[in-house]
Amino acid sequence: MSNSNVDAAYNSRVRRNIHGYTLKKAEKTKRKSRHKNTGINGSAWGIFCLVFPFALLFFVFIVVPVFMSALLSLTYYNAIDTPRFVGIQNYIDMFTRDREFMMYVIPQTLKFAIIVGPGGYILSFIIAWMLAQLPRGIRTVLALIVYTPSLAGGVFIGVIWKSFFSGDQFGYLNAILMNLGIIKAPIAWLTNPQYLLSITIFVALWSSFGIGFLSILASLCNLDQELFEAAHIDGIKNRFQETIYVTIPQMKGSMFFSAIMSITGAMSAGTLAVDLSGSNPTPQNSAQTILAHMNDYAFIRNELGYASAMSVVLLLFVLVFSKIASKLFAEKD
Amino acid sequence: MAKFQVTQLNPKRFQASQIKFLVILLLICTVMILPIIYIVNQAFKPLDELFYFPPQLFVKNPTISNFTELGRLARTTGLPWIRYLLNSLIISVVYVIGVIFITVLAAYAISKKEFRFKKVLFKVNQLALMFVAVAVAVPNYLIISYLGLMDTFWVHIIPSLAVPVYLFLLKQNMDDGIPKEILESAKLDGANDLQVILKFVVPLVKPAIATIAILAFQSIWNSGGASLIYLTSESLKTLPYYLGLLQASAGIKATGVAAASSLIIFVPNLIIFIAMQSRVMNTMARSGIK
Repeated sequence: MSNSNVDAAYNSRVRRNIHGYTLKKAEKTKRKSRHKNTGINGSAWGIFCLVFPFALLFFVFIVVPVFMSALLSLTYYNAIDTPRFVGIQNYIDMFTRDREFMMYVIPQTLKFAIIVGPGGYILSFIIAWMLAQLPRGIRTVLALIVYTPSLAGGVFIGVIWKSFFSGDQFGYLNAILMNLGIIKAPIAWLTNPQYLLSITIFVALWSSFGIGFLSILASLCNLDQELFEAAHIDGIKNRFQETIYVTIPQMKGSMFFSAIMSITGAMSAGTLAVDLSGSNPTPQNSAQTILAHMNDYAFIRNELGYASAMSVVLLLFVLVFSKIASKLFAEKD
Repeated sequence: MAKFQVTQLNPKRFQASQIKFLVILLLICTVMILPIIYIVNQAFKPLDELFYFPPQLFVKNPTISNFTELGRLARTTGLPWIRYLLNSLIISVVYVIGVIFITVLAAYAISKKEFRFKKVLFKVNQLALMFVAVAVAVPNYLIISYLGLMDTFWVHIIPSLAVPVYLFLLKQNMDDGIPKEILESAKLDGANDLQVILKFVVPLVKPAIATIAILAFQSIWNSGGASLIYLTSESLKTLPYYLGLLQASAGIKATGVAAASSLIIFVPNLIIFIAMQSRVMNTMARSGIK
């Protein structure tokens, strides 16, 4: 009896020793691996050399312009005289004096950005989701077709849709409608204020399925199938529930990435109406967005301070949208 | 009662339940592809077919006259159009190499090394994903003229070399695709950073590098903006700029010439993308923001 007690005490001491030894050993290897770590790390100088080229260009052509915009937006600047500080006068003017800005630019930018940004984003998800239901071969072909228009640059988009919506009888849409007897005389689609914004939105959507779309599609095709089966057993009843509770939570990161791509894409496409109608401002300001309005002030009227104020508003606009997306999709730590 | 079936994402073979999706997708794809088919046909139409009423989608007697017209019209600017094509090619190649070079170096450091501002740098880059480059055209113009880049070859390239999206994609792919142990053992064998990058990093994230190369190529190949804003020397300008110019001066043949010229810009993009699409999909699967 006592013998076994001693044995037990001995055993536990040995175990403690072993335990202590393993701890020490672990510590040692840890230290060693930390040492190895500085091994891959190399010198601080080496790291600096790796990061520097990108960081420098990033700083000069992204960070500095954003801050310069913010500073210039507080000045009156006509590109010739030195900028004169005017405080927040440009912002006050924007929201109280600039009739076009309040009447056309803000509502149209919102409409355009919401339909092409979040709208295009939802469409991207739906199309990608349907594509993911198909086997690989046919999926690749169809995905390629959906992606193709986003490969077309601004010039190409202009060429295609200008001839499709051309105002004479040789315009494709006019010819079709006239043939069907729906209209009698050709309609000048692209210079008619009534249609220009809708057409621009359509064209922007057409070319909006870019890398954000590919990101969603690629994530959908790599989801864990077992989770779907588990959810099915747990009582998920339909496709909608499945999408909300199983599919999307698994790919939040990609949904967030794609959301940012959608909104920046939509805001960058703000001059599409100018390309289509061939004039800035667009006919009767009917499709004037904040980007086009900014270009108008910057490069036609030479009011660079005021234009900068608009670029600040534009960037804030994107930031607000992205914040909303981050609320929806960002992983909580 | 219809039984709800578990979704088969990325299924192995075709099943009857997929037909409804296929039908809707085919409709959508028709809308997406029709304009492209139309412009391809337009480019090969002879003059009389361009003015048929009602206009026809498909060409009947294809001709390359719209393309030869390009060469003839070119003489108005005093330079052969091949010159613009060559400019575009050289600019694109230099740009893509430059982008890969600086982005691989930075992504490698941020993904695999420990240093003080690493987290901050990546966070700033993530914030910059929201950056809309066209919004800061004014300060960009001032910076470019201050740096003396105006009317030089480099104005096409340097201002747009650092692209946050590319760094982001590459870093995400390096995080998942390169085990640290490999780099550690390479380091123990005495390889320096450059050797490690060339021998281990690049081969392991090839698809991701190919992807950013394609995206970079697409953006630079399509852009005529720099030519319009920053250049006065005709001999430095690019193809998209020139083709835009042509469309304005082609008169009655404008429709056909415009179609032909935009096709010249579009086709290389499409071919490269088709050739690389599986690598792109591979890369995009790791594009989630964590």
